Parts: sequence; C-alpha cells; structure tokens
Amino acid sequence: MTRLCVVRAGALSTVQDLGRAGWAHLGVARSGALDPGALRLANRLVGNPESAAGLETTLTGCDLRPTRATTMAVVGAEADVWVGDRPGDTGRPLAVPGGTLLRIGPARRGLRCWLAVAGGIAVDPVLGSRSTDTLSGLGPSPLRDGDRLPLGAPAGPPAPVDVTVPVAHPAQLDLAVRLGPRHDWFTPAALDLLFGTAYQVSPVSNRVGARLTGAPLPRAVAGELPSEGLVLGAVQVPADGQPLIFLADHPVTGGYPVIAVVDDVTPLAQARPGTTVRFHGPQR
Amino acid sequence: MRIRPVGAHALLLDFTANPAEPADLRAAQPSAAEVAGMVEAWRAELWRRRDRGDLVATEIVPAAATVLLNGVPDPMAAADRIAGWAPPSPATTALADADLLEVPVTYDGEDLPRVAGHWGTDVPGVVRRLGRTEFRVAFCGFAPGFGYLTGLPAELAVPRLATPRPRVPAGSVALAGPYAGIYPTASPGGWLLVGRTALTLFDAHAHPPALLTPGTRVRLVTA
Repeated sequence: MTRLCVVRAGALSTVQDLGRAGWAHLGVARSGALDPGALRLANRLVGNPESAAGLETTLTGCDLRPTRATTMAVVGAEADVWVGDRPGDTGRPLAVPGGTLLRIGPARRGLRCWLAVAGGIAVDPVLGSRSTDTLSGLGPSPLRDGDRLPLGAPAGPPAPVDVTVPVAHPAQLDLAVRLGPRHDWFTPAALDLLFGTAYQVSPVSNRVGARLTGAPLPRAVAGELPSEGLVLGAVQVPADGQPLIFLADHPVTGGYPVIAVVDDVTPLAQARPGTTVRFHGPQR
Repeated sequence: MRIRPVGAHALLLDFTANPAEPADLRAAQPSAAEVAGMVEAWRAELWRRRDRGDLVATEIVPAAATVLLNGVPDPMAAADRIAGWAPPSPATTALADADLLEVPVTYDGEDLPRVAGHWGTDVPGVVRRLGRTEFRVAFCGFAPGFGYLTGLPAELAVPRLATPRPRVPAGSVALAGPYAGIYPTASPGGWLLVGRTALTLFDAHAHPPALLTPGTRVRLVTA
C-alpha cells in the first residue's frame, strides 16, 4: 500500500474530510474541514471524490513524502509549495514522484491549507468519517513527525481543468449573521455593539471556535441558560461578554446564550489572530 | 412551545417560558419535570416523523428544555408545519415501552458524603435513593456518549465542585444540578462522584455507539 510519510507535522495538521453529520444527539460533533469548499476542490484536482479525506495544516504547513509516485494538490492559505527542489503551485494538481518531499511552507497570508492526495488518506473511519475532532478526540490523532498514513487506491485521473478562485485574505472580515435564538437575553445596547463595533480574532482561537475580543455584550437576562443544541457559526456569549463563533469541532450543546448565527464561517478558517471582524445582518 | 429560528438552516423548539418576557407572562411556567416530558415527547415524535419522511433534518438534538433541528432545508416552512402538529402527549409516546437499561454501579465515589450532606441523609441513604430512582436519558452532551439522566426530584439538585477535578476516570457515576451522568471517557470534570461502572458507555464501532441514547430508561443497580 502506498503511504504518506510525515516528515514534518507542523503546528497542527489533522486528517479531515467532510465530517460526521448526524450524531449530535449522542454528543458527537460534525467536525470536518474548516473550509469544506477548499477540501472539495483539492480532492477534485487529484481525481478523488469530494468527500475523500485530506490533510488540514495550520500556519506552519507540513512536509510529506509519498512512498510511491502520486498526485497531490494544495488549496488554501498563501504559502510556498515545493516538490523536491522545484516550486509548485497551489490550486493545481502536482505530480509527486515516489520518495520525493512535498513541502508546504509557512502561510504568508491566511492560516490553513488543505492537501489532497490521489486515493485519499485511508485511515479507519470513525462513525463514517476520518476527521480528527480536536475537542472530543474522535478520529485519528493530529499528525506527528514520523507518522506513516495509509493512502487509498486512486479513483480516477486528476481533473484536467478546474476553477480555482484565489482565496481572499482581507484584513477585515464582514460576517453576515441572523439574530437569535437568544438575542432577547441581551440589551438593545448589546445589539448596537454587535453590529456597530469591531471585534478582533483572539490568539486562543482554534478548530472549536474563533474567540473574539472587543466590546463586551451586556445581558438583559441574568442567570444560566439550560444547555441547548448548538450549530456551526453560533455566536455564543459567555459570562465575560466576549463573543465566540463556533467552528467545526464545537460542542453539541452549550449553556451560554447564542445571540446570533454566522451564515458562512469559512472565511474564519483563514483569520489570523488580530483579524478584525464586523457583523452585519439582514435586520440592519 | 416557541419555535425560534437558528441561522439559515436550523430551528430551536423551546419549551421554557421566555425569561425575557414580562413576569406576568411567565406566571404559568411549566415545572422542570413537565419541560423534560415535553422535550422527550417532541424528541421521540420528531424522530418518528423524520423516519416517516414528514421532516428533513440532519440532526435532531434534544437538550434540557429545547429540541434543535439542524440541517433543515427550509426552516420557515418546517416551522409552520411543526406548529400545526399536535403536541404528542408524554403518556402516549414510546417512552413507557423503551428498554430499561440496568447499569451496575459500585458505590464508592469520594463525594458520597458530600451528596449525603446536601440531601440530609447518610451515604447508605444516598445509595438507596439512587438505586430506586428510575432515570431517563434526557439528552447527550459534554462528550460523546455522555448522557444527562433525569429522574431525581428538583430538591435533590447538587452544586458542582467549585474547582473541577483535572481527571475523572471513565465509568465514573456522578451528580450535578438535577442530573446524574456517567463519564464515558476520562476527562476533567466538576460533577460529584458517587460511584463507578465497568460498562463501556461509548464505542464508536458499536451500533448504536452510545449506550445511553436519548429516551433510554436507566436504573443504577448496586454491582
């Protein structure tokens, strides 16, 4: 079996596919690639089904060596890619000879890359998915130097052509939200602050959530909210009033009120600490 | 029941009185047991409706006082239909017929004296009370396979530890608030430990993967 040797695992590289939907009632989060569109594209570029498992790297990239010749593609952050000593492009299929090092360098802009390999990463699925859930620990462990990942049999030829839209890395993210389900737990002033002031992505953000710092959002209702189900993009406001936007590895239930839900969280996958976030909604 | 929109693809069925409403509208607030009964009845009804094809939802997630429907193609249309469905009576749901799971428990938890203090009894009194309570899995959360068990009366609610333990062993049987729970894996935890079980609570390769699925009736029998 062809394997992918992990020469340098990088800061946090995990196996990700499109996640394990349908188990939240048992306390199991969906998980999956933080930007599913990017993983789908990478998979198409190497001839995989879009749902195949690839790798998600964080900030520092990773270095990998396939035991046999294969096709790979890297999509996401702006980073240098090398096939051996020759530079490669992101957003295109890369022919990687057996034993040759594929290097994804540190992200110059953005944060995360998705790497697909022909045949997909073939670790054993857990509840129908190969994704690493960093909160619960389900799925394979994050990559370590020296890991040897099994690869599946290539499903088809690499895509001859695909549309690869360059990823934008704006210094400010404008996120559309819909209020609720618990906006009535907050004062009118809190809604003015949410829509009228800028927040910054905090360094303690991760795959569970993007933590924000900025104007604390004052509550109209004191006390605890009985735990209730959470969705991807929920903007939860813990006791300190600083909002937190839940991402793929979010807990399935939570006991702090959710003031609003972000329509599309994928831009947050590339948001470095310090990135400005502004919210706007259909209501305003 | 209020149906609250949650983003573009989800709905929250909310069975509590809205604390943001004026107090006079909250006067007829249902009791915690009534709320839990409605959550369970609607959870069971929505799972049935989804099986029958009346409802499309990727996730139907019960919780303390709500049921979340996630992955709903047209939430507004679904909300209209759900509002027209007769709320099932808890007495007529499959609840009464659900399997009873006996969990063998060794009652040697280090917080038993603390629970006895809260309950105004002694340690054997706590064990007897837990042993004769019929619990039900109200919902899961916190970790895969961690079920929140209801069945204790509200006056026996206990506070969590002020400082959570860094590591609670897998299989620990514990209490917090009005709930009992069993840690499926070792993790940090602030619940009061009353005992332990040798049962495997979560096995991703089993069907279903969790032993304590919502709706399951549970007895904590002395091992």
